[in-house]
Amino acid sequence: MQTDRAGGEPEDWTGAIFSVLRDWDVAQVAYVPDAGHSDLIIRCDQADGMRLVPLTTEEEGIALLAGAWLGGQRGVLLMQSSGVGNCINMLSLARVCRFPLLSLVTMRGQWGEFNPWQVPMGQLTPKVLADANNLVFAVDDARQIGAAVAGAARMAFEGPAQAAVLIGQAVIGAKSFGK
Amino acid sequence: MDKMFNGTLDRDRAADYPLRRREVVAQLLADRGDMLVVAGLGAPVWDCTAVEDHPLNFPLWGAMGGAAALGLGLAMAQPGRRVLVITGDGEMLMGLGALTTIGAQQPDNLAVVVCDNERYGETGMQLTHTAGNLDLPAMALAAGFATAAKISSDNEFKAALPAIRTALGRTASGPGFWSIKIRAEETGIGAMPPKDGVTLKDRFRSALLGQK
Repeated sequence: MQTDRAGGEPEDWTGAIFSVLRDWDVAQVAYVPDAGHSDLIIRCDQADGMRLVPLTTEEEGIALLAGAWLGGQRGVLLMQSSGVGNCINMLSLARVCRFPLLSLVTMRGQWGEFNPWQVPMGQLTPKVLADANNLVFAVDDARQIGAAVAGAARMAFEGPAQAAVLIGQAVIGAKSFGK
Repeated sequence: MDKMFNGTLDRDRAADYPLRRREVVAQLLADRGDMLVVAGLGAPVWDCTAVEDHPLNFPLWGAMGGAAALGLGLAMAQPGRRVLVITGDGEMLMGLGALTTIGAQQPDNLAVVVCDNERYGETGMQLTHTAGNLDLPAMALAAGFATAAKISSDNEFKAALPAIRTALGRTASGPGFWSIKIRAEETGIGAMPPKDGVTLKDRFRSALLGQK
């Protein structure tokens, strides 16, 4: 819904993402789970016309969604920042063939991270995605996520381009770890 | 002396396998109907192109490990069409997780064929893990494929062809996997498909969907 995407309540940000995916008729939702994506995964699972495709590694999602596009469907890839590191060579498929790719990346190792093992990829994620020719939209305000995903989706599917929205740990932290 | 580092791998046996890759792929693609074909990087691309540089082939010049996953996305988007992934053992080994992802989705219309020469053919014919005791069809079965078999002879290949190429709605139920043991031989490149990825993508979508 437009009002959600224009800046709904912070706790509605997964709803804002979901409505963008609906607007674009996203049919294949590929993911390696992250706690930050758990609500969105549930919403997509309950939605008619969306197929959840759990992956064993994020790079499968790049190839899967290339196949989806060849067959006439749009998809989205959900992952956490450490998964970006698993995608690098496969991103050349999207780049060379100019496949549309919409990635929604929940950040770890970025802001207030307690686990130092998450920090390397958390810090590298925006850099390596940009180096791999992705358009990168980092969002640290929950109210902006819907608009960022809508903008990224348009640039991905109408470009075509590879576009990634980085959902900041400040957003997720407020949601998942703010006990 | 270097043999001691090869563990169970057998560097000799594949030289005598009776099936030959170009003939196998030619039969897989003969009278292909409306089949959609994904070719994994390396020799399977040359094999498929030797038959015909068909717009409904999607040959991968890179993206090693991605052929089966790409086939899955295509199969789910086009449930009414047979999707045939033809790839090599090295390419498949790099993306083994995709077998489990396919097993979880159970697409009726997806067939994965590994042309298994037990070699990395593009880089100097080094042995792959399939030169040992590794049983790819057993892995596929364990991953949830409805059908999986190793094919070692022409008789086995002829018997399996209808199932590999089966049109949807006949006998296919769940995804199928075949490891076709082919002779380890250098066949050369021969015909090449376009290298430009955008061209490959656009012509595929134009032929299938009538749009770029």
